Amino acid sequence: MDTAFIIETIVKIVVILLIFSALAGIGTYFERKILAFMQRRLGPMYVGPFGLLQVAADGVKLFTKEDIIPTGVVAKIFKIAPVITAATAFMAAAAIPFLPTFTVFGYTVHPIVADINVGVLYVLGVMAIGLYGPLLGGLASANKFALISTARAASVFISYEVITGLSLLAPLMMVGSFSLIDFNNYQVDNGWLLFSQPLAFILFWIAAFAETGRTPFHLVANDHELIDGFGTEYSGMRWGLFFIGEYANMFFISFVMALLFCGGFGDGSVAGALALLGKVAFFFFVFLWVRAAWPDIRPDQLMWLCWKVLMPLAVINIVITGFVMMF
Amino acid sequence: MIKMLLEEELFKEVKFLRDEKKFLILLDIVGVDYLTNPSKNSSRFALIYHFRHENFKDTITLKLNITDEKEGVESITSLFKGANWLEREVYDQYGINFKNHPLLKRVLNHNEFIGHPLRKDYEITKGHYCTQTQDMMDELKPLLNERELDMDNLTILNLGPSHPASHGTIRTLVALDGEKILCGASEIGYLHRGFEKSCENHTYNQIVPYTDRLNYCSAIMNNIAFVKTVEDMLDITLPDRGVFIRVIVSELSRIIDHLVCLAAALLDMGAQTNYWYLFNPRGEAYDFLSKLTGARLTNSYMRVGGITHDLYDGWETDLNDVIKSVQKGVDESLLMIEHNRIFHDRTQDVGVISADDALNFGFSGPNLRACGVSHDLRFDTPYDYYDTFDFNLVVGSHGDVYDRLMVRFEEIKESIKIINQAKKSIPDGPISVSDHSIILPTKKNVYSSIEGVMNQFKLVTEGVKVPKGEHYKGFEAANGELGFSIISDGSGTPYRVKVRAPSFLHMQAYPKIIESYQIGDAIMALSSMNIIAGEMDR
Repeated sequence: MDTAFIIETIVKIVVILLIFSALAGIGTYFERKILAFMQRRLGPMYVGPFGLLQVAADGVKLFTKEDIIPTGVVAKIFKIAPVITAATAFMAAAAIPFLPTFTVFGYTVHPIVADINVGVLYVLGVMAIGLYGPLLGGLASANKFALISTARAASVFISYEVITGLSLLAPLMMVGSFSLIDFNNYQVDNGWLLFSQPLAFILFWIAAFAETGRTPFHLVANDHELIDGFGTEYSGMRWGLFFIGEYANMFFISFVMALLFCGGFGDGSVAGALALLGKVAFFFFVFLWVRAAWPDIRPDQLMWLCWKVLMPLAVINIVITGFVMMF
Repeated sequence: MIKMLLEEELFKEVKFLRDEKKFLILLDIVGVDYLTNPSKNSSRFALIYHFRHENFKDTITLKLNITDEKEGVESITSLFKGANWLEREVYDQYGINFKNHPLLKRVLNHNEFIGHPLRKDYEITKGHYCTQTQDMMDELKPLLNERELDMDNLTILNLGPSHPASHGTIRTLVALDGEKILCGASEIGYLHRGFEKSCENHTYNQIVPYTDRLNYCSAIMNNIAFVKTVEDMLDITLPDRGVFIRVIVSELSRIIDHLVCLAAALLDMGAQTNYWYLFNPRGEAYDFLSKLTGARLTNSYMRVGGITHDLYDGWETDLNDVIKSVQKGVDESLLMIEHNRIFHDRTQDVGVISADDALNFGFSGPNLRACGVSHDLRFDTPYDYYDTFDFNLVVGSHGDVYDRLMVRFEEIKESIKIINQAKKSIPDGPISVSDHSIILPTKKNVYSSIEGVMNQFKLVTEGVKVPKGEHYKGFEAANGELGFSIISDGSGTPYRVKVRAPSFLHMQAYPKIIESYQIGDAIMALSSMNIIAGEMDR
């Protein structure tokens, strides 16, 4: 492997890490502002112009707070759990093409860390490993609320893995490849998968809400019932890592949805690149919009939805797609 | 109607009243210590029971003297479930025993507390430290045994006293199987501050600010409920303008109270936007009240025999703006949830209590009406010209969380109707009675005449002299029947004040209500019942 490739990859990794860590912070700013405007209030206003520096203030606070390891916790696991959440979220980013290939000063840049031929599987797989963050953190916390939250996390995430996987099967059959770039190119020729696979898209979208733990499926760390669930005993930057992981996940899943179903970056022109960012912004916005509009459902209702509604639909979708492709 | 009884007759008489005479609601059990009372009661301790008839109009009062407080009387918990905590409270405050009570222990004071604070010979300056929390196993264990459950296989979890959505400080210990609540027991008293003892050391008007702190979400209604009881004893009625002002501010308080309950309940299921839509108008209502009374939360706007001051110039426009924004907030909030499947799934058939159980537990107000019982004191025993206003009694049908919330939504609309009518027909004239043994003289009078100075001085130092007697009066507050039992010895300070706080009786049913539901449902049940710890713990 030549040195240039290694250096290029490291640079890409660092850039992605920095951009998305910052985005996670700015994401909270947008969330607070958008929710505030929907609820007829102002949101953050005092730190910096329009409260823009609120993110920085929050960051400083999280970094400088005391890192409390309560007595009675399993310290090693307790310490590593938030790192798993944040790390897996960013690892998933490795196979996501954030922009089309472009050329700077005669040097071609591929804005993807690794275009592996099982990109879709890799992204979903690594995101699923993120489950170990809440799971280990909650179990190690020696707190009953964290324990209940862990039980919820295990059931919700694993159940909705099934929906994500099954809903993607039909589009996968049509595209015939696991590479996200192939997905993009397929849609350039054949139109958006959103139109040929609407049901799969909706199922995947619903599952995305469950996987990221957003309202109406905000159950794992439901503030009203479980305090902060698995995060109850955490403080400072360890809690912050859970937080960054959650928001990074929201961005990445938005990218995945845009790439898999909504045409991605199209032919790779500047307009296509901007359109991709626009689509991602839209999906992120919908996460916030839904939070402002709906209450949360109960864990057992979520399970009911998963196994009795979504999964049969996903299977039917696969069967129909199969028949259509066969004949 | 007061009926004197012998101790041994109590149980039979209560059973007779309940089964034959249909007095279905136990309103209150009041303990009294006649140690320092000049009327020389035949025994030191007495118990007063208030009941309300099935038709909700008639009440009956039973009174019995206690010859030996250690021996006590028969418990009526087997007849009225609501009597459980009421009897524990009497035991806690007076040390009167109740035979055959399932678990006679303290309820408001700390379990390590020594002495019985409402006894007249209790030294109020004496204090001591209590350090141990109770494990509540004495309440939970029997429940588990009853259901033949093994504690080792269950999760025992504290909901509260701080967060898990206990509005106020309430602790509920639940036994969980997964997320399902198998049984639970509640502990209250975290906000107990000796309201009733303080009352015995203050003049009637000095008590008014204390009543603000009972149900702090609708402070003015507590003021009114208290002063109306005293006014009944003085046998005075306010001039019409005063009555109308009371109607307007108490209906506004009812609106505020319901807004708080709804906003918090919806927030508890994650409906954050509804919270703001409902809380913003509440803020505007408080702006209006602060302009009117000088305080946002604890207004102390009422005095015995009147009101502190008249409405200010231009109050109508301000009130109109408040009403408009309340209307808008309620409409928008309803728009978001009325046909929302998630909202329906989370609230319907959750936290159900049947009408019979609710009556037996002594429910009142919106929580009782949600069960389909049409009981509202504003209709049953109209006071303050409520019979002349055109508004509806709101009832639910199932007694679930959904009904409790929707009844409150509708009641806000009815209260708006009342305010609009009262605003139109409010007469001019005085707002307080003119009797100067009750109401302070005008400042001009005080500064310019010796009679005025004397009058002011006597009233402030000695307080309003209330004739000897014992009186109970119920008032339809936002949360239900807020009743004050006042015993006067003829002086300027009450001999005994007992509050019948609706939340106290509602809270008692809570562990029963949440059984076999899930944690999320339990939180919804609590917030839909609008438990206000201020009035519950007193």
